[in-house]
Amino acid sequence: MIRLEYRNVTMRFSSGGGTITAIRNVSLSVADGEVVAVIGPSGCGKSTLLNIGAGLLAPAEGEALVDGERVEGPNSHVAFMLQKDLLLPWRSIVENVMLGVEIKGFARTECRRRAYELLDTFRLKEFADHYPHQLSGGMRQRAALARTLAVDPSVLLLDEPFSAVDAQTRIMLQQDLARTLKQAGKTALLITHDLLEAVILSDRVLVMSARPGQIVDEIEVDMADRDDPLKRRRDGKVSGFIARLMDGLHIGEATADLAREAV
Amino acid sequence: MRPARSPLARRGTIASLALLVIFLAAWQWGPSLLGIPHFIVPPLSMVAEEFVRMWHVSSLPFHTGITAAEVLVGFALGSLMGAVIGYLLGISPTAEFALSPYILALQIAPKVAFAPLFILWMGFTVYPKILVAILIVFFPVMINVLTAIRAVDPDLINLARSFKATRAQIFWKIEFPASMPPFFAGLRIGSTLAVVGVVVGELVGGNAGLGFLLAFGEGQANTPMVFVAILLLTLVGGVAYLAVILIERRVLHYMPARPLESL
Repeated sequence: MIRLEYRNVTMRFSSGGGTITAIRNVSLSVADGEVVAVIGPSGCGKSTLLNIGAGLLAPAEGEALVDGERVEGPNSHVAFMLQKDLLLPWRSIVENVMLGVEIKGFARTECRRRAYELLDTFRLKEFADHYPHQLSGGMRQRAALARTLAVDPSVLLLDEPFSAVDAQTRIMLQQDLARTLKQAGKTALLITHDLLEAVILSDRVLVMSARPGQIVDEIEVDMADRDDPLKRRRDGKVSGFIARLMDGLHIGEATADLAREAV
Repeated sequence: MRPARSPLARRGTIASLALLVIFLAAWQWGPSLLGIPHFIVPPLSMVAEEFVRMWHVSSLPFHTGITAAEVLVGFALGSLMGAVIGYLLGISPTAEFALSPYILALQIAPKVAFAPLFILWMGFTVYPKILVAILIVFFPVMINVLTAIRAVDPDLINLARSFKATRAQIFWKIEFPASMPPFFAGLRIGSTLAVVGVVVGELVGGNAGLGFLLAFGEGQANTPMVFVAILLLTLVGGVAYLAVILIERRVLHYMPARPLESL
Protein backbone atom coordinates (compact mmCIF):
# COMPACT_ATOMS: atom_id res chain seq x y z
CA MET A 1 0.00 0.00 0.00
CA ILE A 2 1.30 3.41 -0.95
CA ARG A 3 1.19 5.97 1.87
CA LEU A 4 2.75 9.00 0.25
CA GLU A 5 2.91 9.78 -3.42
CA TYR A 6 4.00 12.70 -5.58
CA ARG A 7 2.70 12.74 -9.15
CA ASN A 8 4.54 14.97 -11.63
CA VAL A 9 4.94 17.74 -9.10
CA THR A 10 6.38 21.01 -10.36
CA MET A 11 6.80 24.09 -8.20
CA ARG A 12 7.67 27.60 -9.25
CA PHE A 13 8.33 30.69 -7.16
CA SER A 14 8.27 34.21 -8.43
CA SER A 15 11.33 36.18 -7.50
CA GLY A 16 11.83 39.78 -8.51
CA GLY A 17 9.94 39.68 -11.81
CA GLY A 18 11.20 36.27 -12.96
CA THR A 19 10.13 32.85 -11.87
CA ILE A 20 12.33 30.15 -10.43
CA THR A 21 11.44 26.52 -10.94
CA ALA A 22 12.30 24.91 -7.64
CA ILE A 23 11.37 21.36 -8.55
CA ARG A 24 10.35 19.93 -11.89
CA ASN A 25 8.22 16.93 -12.63
CA VAL A 26 8.98 14.99 -9.47
CA SER A 27 7.23 11.66 -9.04
CA LEU A 28 7.89 9.36 -6.15
CA SER A 29 6.02 7.05 -3.87
CA VAL A 30 6.65 5.75 -0.40
CA ALA A 31 5.06 2.48 0.67
CA ASP A 32 3.56 1.78 4.07
CA GLY A 33 6.25 1.48 6.70
CA GLU A 34 8.98 2.48 4.29
CA VAL A 35 11.61 5.11 5.00
CA VAL A 36 12.82 6.98 1.94
CA ALA A 37 15.67 9.46 2.07
CA VAL A 38 16.06 12.34 -0.36
CA ILE A 39 19.49 13.83 -0.85
CA GLY A 40 20.62 16.59 -3.13
CA PRO A 41 22.71 19.74 -3.32
CA SER A 42 21.55 22.68 -1.24
CA GLY A 43 18.83 24.75 -2.88
CA CYS A 44 17.56 21.84 -4.97
CA GLY A 45 14.04 22.16 -3.60
CA LYS A 46 14.10 19.36 -1.06
CA SER A 47 12.26 21.45 1.51
CA THR A 48 9.74 22.56 -1.10
CA LEU A 49 8.96 18.91 -1.71
CA LEU A 50 8.33 18.45 1.98
CA ASN A 51 6.13 21.53 2.31
CA ILE A 52 3.99 20.30 -0.55
CA GLY A 53 3.58 16.94 1.15
CA ALA A 54 2.61 18.66 4.40
CA GLY A 55 -0.01 20.70 2.55
CA LEU A 56 1.68 24.00 3.43
CA LEU A 57 2.36 24.78 -0.23
CA ALA A 58 0.21 23.99 -3.24
CA PRO A 59 2.20 22.70 -6.23
CA ALA A 60 2.04 24.60 -9.53
CA GLU A 61 1.50 21.36 -11.40
CA GLY A 62 0.88 17.80 -10.37
CA GLU A 63 -0.33 16.59 -7.01
CA ALA A 64 0.67 14.99 -3.77
CA LEU A 65 -1.35 12.17 -2.28
CA VAL A 66 -1.41 10.78 1.22
CA ASP A 67 -3.20 7.47 1.72
CA GLY A 68 -4.59 7.91 -1.79
CA GLU A 69 -6.17 11.25 -0.94
CA ARG A 70 -5.07 14.40 -2.70
CA VAL A 71 -3.31 16.81 -0.32
CA GLU A 72 -5.31 20.03 -0.36
CA GLY A 73 -3.97 21.53 2.86
CA PRO A 74 -2.56 20.50 6.20
CA ASN A 75 -4.02 17.14 7.14
CA SER A 76 -3.90 14.89 10.12
CA HIS A 77 -2.12 12.01 8.36
CA VAL A 78 1.09 13.98 8.02
CA ALA A 79 3.41 15.58 10.57
CA PHE A 80 6.71 17.26 9.94
CA MET A 81 9.88 17.93 11.83
CA LEU A 82 12.58 20.41 10.95
CA GLN A 83 16.20 21.10 11.73
CA LYS A 84 14.96 23.69 14.22
CA ASP A 85 13.24 22.05 17.18
CA LEU A 86 10.52 24.75 17.17
CA LEU A 87 9.80 24.17 20.85
CA LEU A 88 7.81 27.01 22.36
CA PRO A 89 9.92 28.65 25.07
CA TRP A 90 6.89 29.47 27.23
CA ARG A 91 5.70 25.87 27.39
CA SER A 92 7.26 23.16 29.50
CA ILE A 93 8.51 20.08 27.64
CA VAL A 94 5.35 18.08 28.31
CA GLU A 95 3.19 21.01 27.20
CA ASN A 96 5.27 21.31 24.04
CA VAL A 97 4.78 17.64 23.25
CA MET A 98 1.04 18.15 23.79
CA LEU A 99 0.83 21.06 21.32
CA GLY A 100 -0.37 19.08 18.32
CA VAL A 101 -2.94 16.96 20.13
CA GLU A 102 -4.13 20.01 22.02
CA ILE A 103 -4.71 21.89 18.76
CA LYS A 104 -6.56 18.89 17.40
CA GLY A 105 -8.91 19.18 20.34
CA PHE A 106 -8.16 16.03 22.33
CA ALA A 107 -9.22 15.98 25.97
CA ARG A 108 -6.55 17.36 28.24
CA THR A 109 -6.06 14.14 30.19
CA GLU A 110 -5.63 12.23 26.92
CA CYS A 111 -3.09 14.81 25.71
CA ARG A 112 -1.09 14.43 28.91
CA ARG A 113 -1.26 10.65 28.83
CA ARG A 114 0.12 10.53 25.29
CA ALA A 115 2.78 13.12 26.02
CA TYR A 116 4.09 11.30 29.09
CA GLU A 117 4.11 8.00 27.21
CA LEU A 118 6.28 9.51 24.48
CA LEU A 119 8.51 11.33 26.95
CA ASP A 120 9.09 7.96 28.58
CA THR A 121 10.04 6.43 25.23
CA PHE A 122 12.51 9.22 24.58
CA ARG A 123 14.00 9.21 28.11
CA LEU A 124 12.69 12.69 28.87
CA LYS A 125 10.16 11.91 31.59
CA GLU A 126 12.15 13.58 34.35
CA PHE A 127 12.43 16.71 32.22
CA ALA A 128 8.69 16.96 31.56
CA ASP A 129 8.31 20.12 33.60
CA HIS A 130 11.53 21.77 32.44
CA TYR A 131 11.52 24.56 29.91
CA PRO A 132 13.23 24.14 26.51
CA HIS A 133 16.15 26.44 27.33
CA GLN A 134 17.09 24.12 30.19
CA LEU A 135 17.62 21.16 27.84
CA SER A 136 20.52 20.19 25.59
CA GLY A 137 20.16 20.33 21.81
CA GLY A 138 19.77 16.57 21.55
CA MET A 139 17.08 16.45 24.23
CA ARG A 140 15.22 19.28 22.56
CA GLN A 141 15.27 17.46 19.26
CA ARG A 142 13.95 14.32 20.97
CA ALA A 143 11.16 16.41 22.45
CA ALA A 144 10.40 17.73 18.95
CA LEU A 145 10.25 14.17 17.67
CA ALA A 146 7.90 13.25 20.52
CA ARG A 147 5.66 16.19 19.60
CA THR A 148 5.61 15.02 15.98
CA LEU A 149 4.66 11.48 16.98
CA ALA A 150 2.06 12.57 19.56
CA VAL A 151 -0.48 13.31 16.82
CA ASP A 152 0.02 9.74 15.57
CA PRO A 153 0.60 10.61 11.91
CA SER A 154 0.83 7.86 9.32
CA VAL A 155 3.51 9.78 7.41
CA LEU A 156 6.45 11.69 8.88
CA LEU A 157 8.20 14.35 6.84
CA LEU A 158 11.65 15.00 8.26
CA ASP A 159 13.64 17.96 6.97
CA GLU A 160 17.28 17.58 7.99
CA PRO A 161 16.13 16.87 11.53
CA PHE A 162 19.58 16.29 13.01
CA SER A 163 21.78 18.70 11.08
CA ALA A 164 21.97 21.21 13.93
CA VAL A 165 23.35 18.87 16.60
CA ASP A 166 26.89 17.64 17.19
CA ALA A 167 28.10 14.40 15.62
CA GLN A 168 27.77 12.17 18.68
CA THR A 169 24.33 13.44 19.60
CA ARG A 170 23.32 12.89 16.00
CA ILE A 171 24.27 9.22 16.18
CA MET A 172 22.09 8.77 19.26
CA LEU A 173 19.19 10.66 17.70
CA GLN A 174 19.43 8.57 14.54
CA GLN A 175 19.25 5.46 16.68
CA ASP A 176 16.15 6.79 18.50
CA LEU A 177 14.44 7.76 15.27
CA ALA A 178 15.20 4.49 13.46
CA ARG A 179 13.90 2.38 16.38
CA THR A 180 10.76 4.43 16.78
CA LEU A 181 9.94 4.41 13.07
CA LYS A 182 10.38 0.65 12.93
CA GLN A 183 8.47 -0.11 16.12
CA ALA A 184 5.55 2.12 15.24
CA GLY A 185 5.66 1.04 11.59
CA LYS A 186 5.64 4.67 10.44
CA THR A 187 6.24 5.81 6.90
CA ALA A 188 8.79 8.57 6.50
CA LEU A 189 10.33 10.85 3.92
CA LEU A 190 13.69 11.97 5.24
CA ILE A 191 15.39 14.93 3.68
CA THR A 192 19.07 15.17 4.46
CA HIS A 193 22.37 16.34 3.05
CA ASP A 194 24.27 13.69 5.00
CA LEU A 195 24.93 10.77 2.64
CA LEU A 196 25.78 8.40 5.47
CA GLU A 197 22.60 9.32 7.32
CA ALA A 198 20.57 8.69 4.17
CA VAL A 199 22.05 5.21 3.77
CA ILE A 200 21.86 4.00 7.37
CA LEU A 201 18.34 5.28 8.09
CA SER A 202 16.44 4.39 4.95
CA ASP A 203 15.17 1.62 2.72
CA ARG A 204 15.67 3.66 -0.41
CA VAL A 205 17.57 6.82 -1.32
CA LEU A 206 16.46 9.28 -3.99
CA VAL A 207 19.03 11.62 -5.48
CA MET A 208 17.89 15.05 -6.59
CA SER A 209 19.69 17.24 -9.08
CA ALA A 210 20.54 20.90 -8.63
CA ARG A 211 17.74 23.39 -9.34
CA PRO A 212 15.33 22.78 -10.88
CA GLY A 213 15.26 19.70 -8.68
CA GLN A 214 14.55 16.44 -10.40
CA ILE A 215 15.03 12.90 -9.22
CA VAL A 216 18.04 11.61 -11.10
CA ASP A 217 18.83 8.38 -9.29
CA GLU A 218 17.24 5.88 -6.98
CA ILE A 219 19.14 3.42 -4.83
CA GLU A 220 17.68 0.50 -2.90
CA VAL A 221 19.50 0.08 0.36
CA ASP A 222 19.31 -3.68 0.55
CA MET A 223 20.74 -4.00 4.03
CA ALA A 224 19.29 -5.49 7.20
CA ASP A 225 18.86 -3.64 10.50
CA ARG A 226 17.07 -0.50 9.42
CA ASP A 227 16.17 -0.10 13.08
CA ASP A 228 19.81 -0.19 14.12
CA PRO A 229 21.81 2.50 12.28
CA LEU A 230 24.76 1.92 14.61
CA LYS A 231 25.07 -1.58 13.29
CA ARG A 232 24.65 -0.42 9.70
CA ARG A 233 27.40 2.16 10.22
CA ARG A 234 29.84 -0.69 10.84
CA ASP A 235 28.73 -2.60 7.75
CA GLY A 236 31.22 -2.46 4.86
CA LYS A 237 28.40 -2.26 2.30
CA VAL A 238 27.66 1.31 3.35
CA SER A 239 30.69 2.71 1.54
CA GLY A 240 29.51 1.21 -1.73
CA PHE A 241 26.16 3.01 -1.43
CA ILE A 242 27.84 6.24 -0.53
CA ALA A 243 30.11 5.99 -3.55
CA ARG A 244 27.08 5.51 -5.77
CA LEU A 245 25.35 8.49 -4.22
CA MET A 246 28.39 10.62 -4.83
CA ASP A 247 28.43 9.59 -8.45
CA GLY A 248 24.78 10.54 -8.70
CA LEU A 249 25.53 13.92 -7.16
CA HIS A 250 28.55 14.40 -9.43
CA ILE A 251 30.91 14.77 -6.55
CA GLY A 252 34.42 14.35 -8.01
CA GLU A 253 35.90 10.87 -8.23
CA ALA A 254 38.98 11.85 -6.27
CA THR A 255 36.83 13.01 -3.37
CA ALA A 256 34.85 9.80 -3.54
CA ASP A 257 38.00 7.72 -3.10
CA LEU A 258 38.96 9.71 -0.07
CA ALA A 259 35.54 9.25 1.51
CA ARG A 260 35.61 5.53 0.71
CA GLU A 261 38.81 5.19 2.67
CA ALA A 262 37.43 7.30 5.49
CA VAL A 263 34.26 5.26 6.00
CA MET B 1 14.16 30.34 43.73
CA ARG B 2 16.72 33.07 43.89
CA PRO B 3 20.30 32.42 42.83
CA ALA B 4 22.96 33.21 45.38
CA ARG B 5 24.13 36.75 44.96
CA SER B 6 27.31 36.88 42.96
CA PRO B 7 30.35 38.86 44.10
CA LEU B 8 29.68 41.18 41.18
CA ALA B 9 26.16 41.91 42.44
CA ARG B 10 27.41 42.50 45.98
CA ARG B 11 30.16 44.85 44.85
CA GLY B 12 27.65 46.62 42.61
CA THR B 13 25.19 47.12 45.47
CA ILE B 14 27.88 48.51 47.76
CA ALA B 15 29.08 50.90 45.06
CA SER B 16 25.49 51.98 44.40
CA LEU B 17 24.84 52.76 48.07
CA ALA B 18 28.14 54.61 48.37
CA LEU B 19 27.19 56.75 45.37
CA LEU B 20 23.84 57.56 46.99
CA VAL B 21 25.54 58.72 50.22
CA ILE B 22 28.03 60.83 48.24
CA PHE B 23 25.23 62.33 46.17
CA LEU B 24 23.09 63.24 49.21
CA ALA B 25 26.10 64.72 51.03
CA ALA B 26 27.05 66.77 47.96
CA TRP B 27 23.46 68.00 47.74
CA GLN B 28 23.40 69.02 51.39
CA TRP B 29 26.75 70.78 51.61
CA GLY B 30 27.79 71.30 47.99
CA PRO B 31 25.67 74.42 47.22
CA SER B 32 27.03 76.38 50.24
CA LEU B 33 30.61 75.32 49.52
CA LEU B 34 30.32 76.42 45.90
CA GLY B 35 28.47 79.60 46.85
CA ILE B 36 25.31 78.65 44.98
CA PRO B 37 22.31 80.58 46.40
CA HIS B 38 19.53 78.52 48.00
CA PHE B 39 16.93 79.79 45.56
CA ILE B 40 18.95 78.12 42.77
CA VAL B 41 19.79 74.81 44.46
CA PRO B 42 18.24 74.40 47.89
CA PRO B 43 20.16 71.91 50.09
CA LEU B 44 18.67 68.54 50.96
CA SER B 45 17.50 69.63 54.43
CA MET B 46 15.54 72.57 53.00
CA VAL B 47 13.81 70.31 50.51
CA ALA B 48 13.00 67.88 53.32
CA GLU B 49 11.52 70.68 55.42
CA GLU B 50 9.48 71.88 52.47
CA PHE B 51 8.27 68.30 51.96
CA VAL B 52 6.97 68.15 55.54
CA ARG B 53 5.36 71.60 55.20
CA MET B 54 3.69 70.68 51.92
CA TRP B 55 2.50 67.36 53.36
CA HIS B 56 0.58 69.20 56.10
CA VAL B 57 -0.27 72.53 54.48
CA SER B 58 -0.37 72.11 50.68
CA SER B 59 -2.31 68.81 50.51
CA LEU B 60 0.71 67.00 49.08
CA PRO B 61 -0.86 63.54 49.55
CA PHE B 62 -3.93 64.69 47.61
CA HIS B 63 -1.92 66.06 44.69
CA THR B 64 0.32 63.00 44.61
CA GLY B 65 -2.75 60.79 44.65
CA ILE B 66 -4.33 62.68 41.75
CA THR B 67 -1.20 62.39 39.64
CA ALA B 68 -0.73 58.72 40.52
CA ALA B 69 -4.35 57.97 39.60
CA GLU B 70 -4.01 59.80 36.27
CA VAL B 71 -0.79 57.92 35.53
CA LEU B 72 -2.38 54.60 36.42
CA VAL B 73 -5.53 55.14 34.33
CA GLY B 74 -3.64 56.68 31.40
CA PHE B 75 -1.04 53.92 31.42
CA ALA B 76 -3.61 51.14 31.72
CA LEU B 77 -5.86 52.46 28.94
CA GLY B 78 -2.95 53.51 26.71
CA SER B 79 -1.24 50.14 26.91
CA LEU B 80 -4.51 48.26 26.51
CA MET B 81 -5.34 50.22 23.36
CA GLY B 82 -1.77 49.94 22.10
CA ALA B 83 -1.82 46.18 22.59
CA VAL B 84 -5.23 45.69 20.96
CA ILE B 85 -4.40 47.83 17.92
CA GLY B 86 -0.93 46.26 17.73
CA TYR B 87 -2.41 42.77 17.64
CA LEU B 88 -5.09 43.73 15.11
CA LEU B 89 -2.55 45.31 12.77
CA GLY B 90 -0.22 42.38 13.37
CA ILE B 91 -2.78 39.83 12.26
CA SER B 92 -4.02 41.89 9.33
CA PRO B 93 -1.24 43.04 6.99
CA THR B 94 -3.87 44.83 4.87
CA ALA B 95 -4.94 46.98 7.79
CA GLU B 96 -1.32 47.73 8.61
CA PHE B 97 -0.60 48.72 5.03
CA ALA B 98 -3.64 51.01 4.89
CA LEU B 99 -3.11 52.61 8.28
CA SER B 100 0.68 52.83 8.50
CA PRO B 101 1.07 56.36 7.02
CA TYR B 102 -1.42 57.76 9.54
CA ILE B 103 0.11 55.86 12.40
CA LEU B 104 3.51 57.12 11.40
CA ALA B 105 2.26 60.72 11.20
CA LEU B 106 0.66 60.45 14.62
CA GLN B 107 3.80 58.86 15.98
CA ILE B 108 5.99 61.67 14.68
CA ALA B 109 3.67 64.37 16.04
CA PRO B 110 4.87 65.40 19.51
CA LYS B 111 2.12 63.96 21.69
CA VAL B 112 2.57 66.47 24.50
CA ALA B 113 1.69 69.27 22.06
CA PHE B 114 -1.87 67.96 22.16
CA ALA B 115 -2.19 68.91 25.83
CA PRO B 116 -3.49 72.49 25.30
CA LEU B 117 -5.97 71.17 22.75
CA PHE B 118 -7.32 68.56 25.11
CA ILE B 119 -7.66 71.17 27.84
CA LEU B 120 -9.61 73.38 25.46
CA TRP B 121 -11.90 70.45 24.80
CA MET B 122 -12.32 69.07 28.30
CA GLY B 123 -11.48 71.90 30.66
CA PHE B 124 -9.43 71.79 33.84
CA THR B 125 -10.40 68.22 34.68
CA VAL B 126 -8.35 65.02 35.00
CA TYR B 127 -9.43 63.86 31.55
CA PRO B 128 -7.05 65.86 29.34
CA LYS B 129 -4.10 64.62 31.45
CA ILE B 130 -5.24 61.03 31.12
CA LEU B 131 -5.72 61.53 27.39
CA VAL B 132 -2.17 62.83 26.89
CA ALA B 133 -0.87 59.86 28.88
CA ILE B 134 -2.92 57.43 26.77
CA LEU B 135 -1.61 58.96 23.56
CA ILE B 136 2.00 58.88 24.66
CA VAL B 137 1.86 55.33 26.09
CA PHE B 138 -0.01 53.96 23.09
CA PHE B 139 2.82 54.06 20.56
CA PRO B 140 5.69 52.20 22.17
CA VAL B 141 3.30 49.44 23.23
CA MET B 142 1.62 49.20 19.84
CA ILE B 143 4.88 49.23 17.88
CA ASN B 144 6.44 46.59 20.11
CA VAL B 145 3.42 44.30 19.84
CA LEU B 146 3.17 44.79 16.08
CA THR B 147 6.86 44.11 15.54
CA ALA B 148 6.66 41.06 17.80
CA ILE B 149 3.79 39.56 15.80
CA ARG B 150 5.68 40.24 12.57
CA ALA B 151 8.81 38.62 13.97
CA VAL B 152 7.21 35.29 14.92
CA ASP B 153 9.16 32.51 13.19
CA PRO B 154 7.07 31.49 10.12
CA ASP B 155 8.13 27.90 10.76
CA LEU B 156 6.32 28.04 14.11
CA ILE B 157 3.19 29.19 12.31
CA ASN B 158 3.64 26.40 9.78
CA LEU B 159 4.07 23.91 12.59
CA ALA B 160 0.75 24.98 14.07
CA ARG B 161 -0.82 24.95 10.60
CA SER B 162 0.42 21.41 10.01
CA PHE B 163 -1.59 20.43 13.10
CA LYS B 164 -4.58 22.05 11.38
CA ALA B 165 -4.70 24.97 13.80
CA THR B 166 -7.39 27.58 13.20
CA ARG B 167 -6.45 31.26 12.87
CA ALA B 168 -7.60 31.81 16.46
CA GLN B 169 -5.50 28.89 17.72
CA ILE B 170 -2.43 30.21 15.90
CA PHE B 171 -2.96 33.55 17.59
CA TRP B 172 -3.60 32.31 21.12
CA LYS B 173 -1.12 29.43 21.17
CA ILE B 174 1.75 30.92 19.16
CA GLU B 175 1.59 34.62 18.32
CA PHE B 176 0.18 35.98 21.57
CA PRO B 177 2.60 34.23 23.93
CA ALA B 178 5.49 34.90 21.55
CA SER B 179 4.74 38.62 21.75
CA MET B 180 4.95 38.78 25.54
CA PRO B 181 8.63 39.75 25.97
CA PRO B 182 8.46 42.72 23.53
CA PHE B 183 5.04 43.64 24.94
CA PHE B 184 6.58 44.01 28.39
CA ALA B 185 9.50 45.96 26.96
CA GLY B 186 6.88 48.35 25.55
CA LEU B 187 5.11 48.51 28.91
CA ARG B 188 8.35 49.43 30.65
CA ILE B 189 8.86 52.37 28.29
CA GLY B 190 5.17 53.26 28.57
CA SER B 191 5.21 53.31 32.36
CA THR B 192 7.79 56.10 32.41
CA LEU B 193 6.23 57.99 29.51
CA ALA B 194 2.82 57.99 31.22
CA VAL B 195 4.27 60.25 33.92
CA VAL B 196 5.59 62.64 31.27
CA GLY B 197 2.17 62.84 29.62
CA VAL B 198 0.34 63.50 32.88
CA VAL B 199 2.80 66.17 34.07
CA VAL B 200 2.62 68.07 30.80
CA GLY B 201 -1.15 68.01 31.03
CA GLU B 202 -1.06 69.30 34.59
CA LEU B 203 1.49 71.98 33.75
CA VAL B 204 -0.63 73.32 30.93
CA GLY B 205 -3.77 73.74 32.96
CA GLY B 206 -5.47 72.63 36.13
CA ASN B 207 -5.44 73.04 39.84
CA ALA B 208 -4.50 69.61 41.05
CA GLY B 209 -1.64 67.19 40.77
CA LEU B 210 2.13 67.33 41.13
CA GLY B 211 2.44 69.15 37.80
CA PHE B 212 0.22 71.86 39.20
CA LEU B 213 2.42 72.12 42.35
CA LEU B 214 5.44 72.31 40.05
CA ALA B 215 3.99 75.30 38.17
CA PHE B 216 2.74 76.83 41.42
CA GLY B 217 6.17 76.55 43.06
CA GLU B 218 7.80 78.08 40.00
CA GLY B 219 5.36 81.01 40.10
CA GLN B 220 6.25 81.66 43.71
CA ALA B 221 9.97 81.18 43.07
CA ASN B 222 9.73 78.42 45.69
CA THR B 223 12.60 76.24 44.49
CA PRO B 224 12.32 73.65 47.28
CA MET B 225 8.69 73.09 46.27
CA VAL B 226 9.76 72.44 42.68
CA PHE B 227 12.32 69.93 43.94
CA VAL B 228 9.72 68.17 46.09
CA ALA B 229 7.37 67.90 43.10
CA ILE B 230 10.12 66.51 40.88
CA LEU B 231 11.11 63.95 43.51
CA LEU B 232 7.55 62.75 43.96
CA LEU B 233 6.99 62.54 40.21
CA THR B 234 10.07 60.37 39.99
CA LEU B 235 8.66 58.25 42.79
CA VAL B 236 5.32 57.81 40.98
CA GLY B 237 7.15 56.83 37.78
CA GLY B 238 9.42 54.50 39.72
CA VAL B 239 6.50 52.70 41.36
CA ALA B 240 4.81 52.28 37.97
CA TYR B 241 8.02 50.90 36.45
CA LEU B 242 8.56 48.54 39.37
CA ALA B 243 4.99 47.27 39.11
CA VAL B 244 5.54 46.44 35.44
CA ILE B 245 8.73 44.59 36.27
CA LEU B 246 7.06 42.56 39.02
CA ILE B 247 4.25 41.52 36.68
CA GLU B 248 6.77 40.82 33.92
CA ARG B 249 8.73 38.47 36.17
CA ARG B 250 5.59 36.50 36.91
CA VAL B 251 4.44 36.31 33.29
CA LEU B 252 7.85 35.64 31.76
CA HIS B 253 8.95 33.18 34.45
CA TYR B 254 10.00 30.72 31.73
CA MET B 255 12.74 32.99 30.45
CA PRO B 256 16.31 32.05 31.30
CA ALA B 257 17.47 34.00 34.34
CA ARG B 258 19.55 37.01 33.52
CA PRO B 259 23.11 36.92 34.85
CA LEU B 260 22.61 40.07 36.92
CA GLU B 261 19.34 40.70 38.65
CA SER B 262 19.08 43.94 36.76
CA LEU B 263 15.95 46.05 36.52
